[in-house]
Amino acid sequence: MLNAKVPEGKIEEKWRNYQAQSRLVNPANKKKLKVIVVGSGLAGAGAAATLAELGYDISCFCYQDSARRAHSVAAQGGVNAAKNYQHDGDSVWRMFYDTLKGGDFRSREANVYRLAELSAPLIDHFTQQGVPFAREYGGVLVNRSFGGVQVERTFYARGQTGQQLLLAAYSQLNKMIRARKVEMFTRHEMLDLVVIDGKAKGIIARDLQSGKIRRFAADAVVLATGGYSRVFRLSTLAIGCNGSALWKAHKRGAFFASPSFTQIHPTALPQSSEAQSKLTLMSESLRNDGRIWVPKTKGDTRKANDIPEEERDYYLERRYPSFGNLAPRDIASRAAKERIDAGYGIGRLKNAVYLDFKHAIERFGMETVNDRYGNLFTMYKKITGIDAYTEPMQISPAAHFSMGGLWVDYELMTTIPGLYAVGECNFSDHGANRLGANSLLQASVDGYFILPNTINNYLAQALKEEHETTEHPEFSKVEQEVKEHIDHILAVNGCKTVDHFHRELGKVMWQECAMSRNKSGLQKAIGQIKKIREDFWTEVNVTGHSNELNTELEKALRLADFIELGILMCTDALDREESCGAHFREEYQTEDGEAVRVDDKYAFVSAWEYSNGDFKLHKEPLDFEFIQPSVRSYK
Amino acid sequence: MKVTFQIWRQDGPTDKGRLKDYEVDGLTEDMSFLEALDHLNELLVLKNEKVIAYEYDCREGICGQCGIFINGRAHGPHANMTTCQLHMRSFNDGDTIVVEPWRAQAFPVVKDLIVDRSALDRIIEQGGYISAKTGTAPEANSIPIGKDVADKAMDAAACIGCGACVATCKNASAALFTSAKINHLNSLPQGKPEQHRRVLEMTKQMAYEGFGHCTFTGACEVECPEGISIVNIAELNARILKARLLG
Repeated sequence: MLNAKVPEGKIEEKWRNYQAQSRLVNPANKKKLKVIVVGSGLAGAGAAATLAELGYDISCFCYQDSARRAHSVAAQGGVNAAKNYQHDGDSVWRMFYDTLKGGDFRSREANVYRLAELSAPLIDHFTQQGVPFAREYGGVLVNRSFGGVQVERTFYARGQTGQQLLLAAYSQLNKMIRARKVEMFTRHEMLDLVVIDGKAKGIIARDLQSGKIRRFAADAVVLATGGYSRVFRLSTLAIGCNGSALWKAHKRGAFFASPSFTQIHPTALPQSSEAQSKLTLMSESLRNDGRIWVPKTKGDTRKANDIPEEERDYYLERRYPSFGNLAPRDIASRAAKERIDAGYGIGRLKNAVYLDFKHAIERFGMETVNDRYGNLFTMYKKITGIDAYTEPMQISPAAHFSMGGLWVDYELMTTIPGLYAVGECNFSDHGANRLGANSLLQASVDGYFILPNTINNYLAQALKEEHETTEHPEFSKVEQEVKEHIDHILAVNGCKTVDHFHRELGKVMWQECAMSRNKSGLQKAIGQIKKIREDFWTEVNVTGHSNELNTELEKALRLADFIELGILMCTDALDREESCGAHFREEYQTEDGEAVRVDDKYAFVSAWEYSNGDFKLHKEPLDFEFIQPSVRSYK
Repeated sequence: MKVTFQIWRQDGPTDKGRLKDYEVDGLTEDMSFLEALDHLNELLVLKNEKVIAYEYDCREGICGQCGIFINGRAHGPHANMTTCQLHMRSFNDGDTIVVEPWRAQAFPVVKDLIVDRSALDRIIEQGGYISAKTGTAPEANSIPIGKDVADKAMDAAACIGCGACVATCKNASAALFTSAKINHLNSLPQGKPEQHRRVLEMTKQMAYEGFGHCTFTGACEVECPEGISIVNIAELNARILKARLLG
């Protein structure tokens, strides 16, 4: 039975009650306890630095050449916090409500409230770390709005907020590396988890430079490995982002929650060719001032600027008058897909819609628009060669954020004692759809504020137990399995590339398990992915060896896990016979195409257990004690 | 389109390395430069050859992991752009494109086009932070910071740590990188208490890692994907003097 360990008391008191009752570790004893942190993004670097400041002995791992590359760096728009600086009616309660509603009532109330509660101190923290947030002339902090809310609570540093927050976390991490409290392993990729007597006790990692397989023992393991939307291949994620650490943990016993809840971001650059490797995101903040439209006539071949005002369909403003262009992401993406599928798409491949700044420039002037979005316009021009000041941007939906992830309790611990998951790689706060600018928030709050308060509760016990070393037979066993897995891939010696299979997987996932899903499509997809898996293991060709830097091998190992994860995602989407947030089942919609949630049957978190290649469903019921779920409307 | 890539192949740090020609057909103008290399790698796999090692991650110009010397320029023919933002439309059908790793004493080659830039991390380790533990921060609006100050700090803070400034500099100097971090932190009130120590220790590490001195050729600011100005280096020099007197 899943126990979320939500503390007693009123929602405002739960976190305080938890902290008051949680066990602590004496400062002198902390250095005897070793914690592994996998990932160096906002959640990972924040956790590693803070745990090191508390005195724990930390090892931190990342696959990139430097901790500063983690994909938190790419978040553009901002970070939300209930500071109510704008005096526009914001509060912790309102932020809690917006986030819960934004997630279509498929997240745990207590976690969401804590996220909102800890948002304000996070802004204080980052300001003190030197993040150059945008300021008014008078020197106070500025805010802007983001999708799905009606207050201005988003803090930002130009269009590079993620970069600035990540660099602050990276700086703090470096401070602790210099203090020799953190040992940093760059170019190391976790390939498996070591579980001894039911508890997480270490990892097996591959040194990507030498190819050497190495063992690392610890008293607790923290996964901060980010999202897995590269399962679609084309996504807004970095090319190296992967789901392997999660998948290995899942296979070792960690439950995987709501794996199919994937956010499709409405404003990415459209795909232009088969060879494309990446869909670049254009910040949601652009929707603050940009207006989205398509021509009213199907297949209109005129240039955007030649289409008069009355022949443009501002479909978000039409369908959702109260939120307009700031409708939440799932709704904006689906609305774009509806127009594109109906034949109104624009661009060479008719797969895009316009995002137009003409009115904003007329209203605020070129200078203001440049000040707000200048770097995004520059980026757009670098990639497309088009000047968005004079003609509208072309944008299209793209796979983005994983709301799903390892199931965690209130302490952010997975179903394997001693294994924690923080940031995007867990499932907890965003339900079935994440609000813009809540991602940086959740990653940071998990890493800086929550985990360093909850991990003591476990480590206090671990202190009394024997510290396992890498000499334990379980380490040899898992290391052997990892080596055999690598040898197996290298031995296939087929005739197709890793990328070939990734493209095949991506097509199936995008077709059947993205913005809109149905029973027969998902059933078909599971069969297709199983076939891809079979073909992969008989036809893939990975050149080079295991004992050298081998980028092709890295890709192959990640893809092997993505293929299996794809099956679980489709299984999850098939099981949930309702539409909620980003999970839109075509069978469950109103006449005008809005999602129909089925609360009496599906008000639970799906947590999947791996058992011999199959998946067993466990349910964590969602009891809404403080807010009654309502029909989510943005009309 | 069809081009010939002349690509630096080097098995490891001790291997001598050499340029090797690869004629590649079937490219399109819409492809990014890295996608063209991906395409070449797929062709190599199909011929059972080892792939070319090169780095990238975000492919949207912000992570700083990509970095290739293309036709004698860091990140290719355009100013202020990363390798991943370069597209094949910048080349002509039939072109020969010379592709090499960053070259600097402080950036040893790991393999093919991959170099070791950990020296930059070690410069940050020496003071590229504000020593404030999690939980110790005052209320964010309690210290007002003028828009001009915040904007200037942001200009410097935008550095993505790609190392193009080093690669393009004839002295392989990391002065732009180091000055950007120092100016970002030292210009903010939160960074003041440690300002002098930061300047002295980060610049000391910069020299220790084997980066050369700056002779103000200005090459770095041309290639910097974030357009970080060389004025930062001038400002750093003033800060060094001040730190030596007061630090």
